[in-house]
Amino acid sequence: MLAIFENPRLRGGIHAEEHKAETSDQPIALNLPLPNKLYIPVQQHVGKPAEPVVKVGDKVLKGQLLAYSQGTISAPIHAPSSGTVIDVMECPAPHPSALPIRTIIIETDGLDQWRSTIIPDDPFALNAEEICLRVGAAGVVGMGGAVFPSAVKLNLGRTNKIHTLVINAGECEPYLTCDDLLMQERATHIVSGIRLMLRGMHAPKAMVGIEDNKPQAFQSMQDACRDFPEIEVKQVPTRYPMGWDRQMLRYLTGWEIPADGRATDIGVVIHNVATAYAVYRAVCLGQPLISRVVTIAGGAVAKPQNVEVLIGTMLSEVLTFCEVDKTKIARLIMGGPMMGDALPLTDVPVVKACSGILALSAADIEEPEVQPCIRCSSCITACPVGLLPLEMASRIRVNKLDEAVQLGLKDCINCGSCSYVCPSNIPLVHYFKYASGELFKRQQMEHKSEQTKRLINDRNDRMERIRLENEAEARRVMEARAERARKDAEQIAQGVQP
Amino acid sequence: MSVKPISGPHVGAGQRVDWIMRRVIIALMPASILNIILFGWPTLYLGLVTIASAMLFEAWCLKLKGVKALPFLRDGSAVLTGLLVAMSLPPWAPWWIGVVGSAIAIILGKQVYGGLGQNLFNPAMLARVALLISFPIEMTTWVNVTPLFTGPGILESFGILASGVPATDSLTGATTLGAIKTGFSLNQTVPQILTDYSGFLALIGWERGSLGETSSLLLLLGGFWLLRQGIIQWHIPASLLLTLTILATIFHGYDPDHYLSAWVHLNSGAIMLVAFFIATDYVTSPNTPLGQIVFGAGCGILIFVIRSWGGYPEGTGFAILLMNAFTPLIDHYIRPRIYGRYRNGKPIDISQP
Repeated sequence: MLAIFENPRLRGGIHAEEHKAETSDQPIALNLPLPNKLYIPVQQHVGKPAEPVVKVGDKVLKGQLLAYSQGTISAPIHAPSSGTVIDVMECPAPHPSALPIRTIIIETDGLDQWRSTIIPDDPFALNAEEICLRVGAAGVVGMGGAVFPSAVKLNLGRTNKIHTLVINAGECEPYLTCDDLLMQERATHIVSGIRLMLRGMHAPKAMVGIEDNKPQAFQSMQDACRDFPEIEVKQVPTRYPMGWDRQMLRYLTGWEIPADGRATDIGVVIHNVATAYAVYRAVCLGQPLISRVVTIAGGAVAKPQNVEVLIGTMLSEVLTFCEVDKTKIARLIMGGPMMGDALPLTDVPVVKACSGILALSAADIEEPEVQPCIRCSSCITACPVGLLPLEMASRIRVNKLDEAVQLGLKDCINCGSCSYVCPSNIPLVHYFKYASGELFKRQQMEHKSEQTKRLINDRNDRMERIRLENEAEARRVMEARAERARKDAEQIAQGVQP
Repeated sequence: MSVKPISGPHVGAGQRVDWIMRRVIIALMPASILNIILFGWPTLYLGLVTIASAMLFEAWCLKLKGVKALPFLRDGSAVLTGLLVAMSLPPWAPWWIGVVGSAIAIILGKQVYGGLGQNLFNPAMLARVALLISFPIEMTTWVNVTPLFTGPGILESFGILASGVPATDSLTGATTLGAIKTGFSLNQTVPQILTDYSGFLALIGWERGSLGETSSLLLLLGGFWLLRQGIIQWHIPASLLLTLTILATIFHGYDPDHYLSAWVHLNSGAIMLVAFFIATDYVTSPNTPLGQIVFGAGCGILIFVIRSWGGYPEGTGFAILLMNAFTPLIDHYIRPRIYGRYRNGKPIDISQP
């Protein structure tokens, strides 16, 4: 009886208006004009920012290393086209805050000339370490939005005895079709990438999960996998957030990752389908990650389509290419409409994480007024994690963040299903993000005050030690002096007596 | 373009509070209209007075609170509360019963807790129980079925609205459950009491009772429509009706002379109204599916207990209020399992599948 509430393979979720048909039947546009200037931020991944190796005035070729990865979790950055480095400076980041980020600016020379590369004769003969090395050197990161360096994940996989590689091709966000198109057009390359990943981790089998609203992509992936029985392509229901890696894993296998663990703990590694394609390019063609397929859609876009965009291209140029009416843009979003970030300006570059640019018109979005919670529990039904969004939000509203944490705030994945269904239009996710930020700040403050306390204690200890040492020294001097005085006195006494 | 930082999601389902309330009101309409046909103009007037006074009390409270009343009045919750209060009253009750009921429901039942979404008890049931205890005569005078155009006229009905049913026995009688209680006190058995009981008439609503008690069929259909619209979930109605049916069947099988059959239980009193419209009230029922099943079962048990062994013929109002009080407790103990954790919140064991 409890089991039907406990562990269905698919929990929660919503079905939003898809808006995918506008772009899913058009080929990926490859004719975006080469921009005059490319703006390449040094941080496009989770971890430490890359450190530039080029100087202002340097000539670079397409694919040449611009900045090398620092530390274990980081990724290098490469030149998307040939030209001259004209500046390394702080530019607005593609982030809601538009805070400045260190950016390498290249003036392109129009030749788009590749650096010389050595392509392996048979990439599938390379050993596992070699594959991981090449993936890491090509700056491949998770293309689904998490932008975690892929080589780190592959290495983790090799050391952790992986039995299943899950390829996440859910693409559950409305509007986005970049993975769909990639699978429709480049399935064989994706499959090569998957096989390389398997080899790089010594893993025996892979599973690809594709939402059933992409029948063409499913068909072409199945055709491409026909000769490779180790790769299984499966259809999964269309239900946001199917593309949440853990939801995909649970639906495909029934396994669940422990709350404080990683997928590797249960012998699984999950990669995005576009990452598999980037791995193919990196290993088989020797091309680093310098471009990606981006969906441009929304009510303000006259020609919605998928475009292969060089990393570093300004959003405004891509928007012009797709004939966007800038006066109609009510909200500009990088990513999907559920989890994407609203950007305050169009003069920011496309980065590795950018799966879509949505120029939504006023009709696409709604900014209704917030009403009181009527405890309808729609948010609980929609939550894929099994949280109580309404209870968490009511705690956060009165600043009881610890109680919200007890209710599971840290398990929240910010998928937005709760806000989406809320009839009172309560910005639940906004509450959770705020609370997480506050908790982080608090943790930082605690860390800082602990550091300060430690320093003060250290100083006090040091002063005490110095004081004790001085006292001991003073005592020793006194004793020595007294000894000398005593001896002198004895000598005098002896001198006098005889 | 927006410069205000806005978190995703940037799209919404477009479901609104007023949309939900309107759906519930629509679902109650067939039963309400049938009642107006069965009991004539006084019923219509009483309903209008009750709803209007509910809206007035709501506006007054919001004004005291210092907020703009109009956006809240437009959400339809006051209209729905007024309608539900009206449906729990005898059809020919005097106007002031409706007004007092609305006052109790809106002021004591809802606004003193902080308004929409904050109340512990279902406002309409609170009003019904308070009226039943305070005004037992007015609240238990049940007029016979007097279809529209056969009873008092449009103007004459204002007289009934002003002072209630004329005290003549020929016009009034007992509800089925009332008759049972009275019969038992005269040492009669169930078959003796229910000699002229027709299950079919009870189903379609051709019987004495308040607006929400007569037509089980139309209320059931309204409830099914709400289920289909996704406004309510099946858990509470199903567990409530099932629990009551099982208990009634067991006891009726054991002693048919002193316990009503499941059919009579389900068709008399406000069972359908309570199961689909009152117990499913979002604010006062638990949040999780399992919690809702427990809540529904609790309501079913209490209704059966009060009807069979309690002092009042009908127990739905009391049962709902008692279970409403349990709701925070149920919500505290029954929570959904979080992904990657056991029910107690500990992370699940790492086991190689």
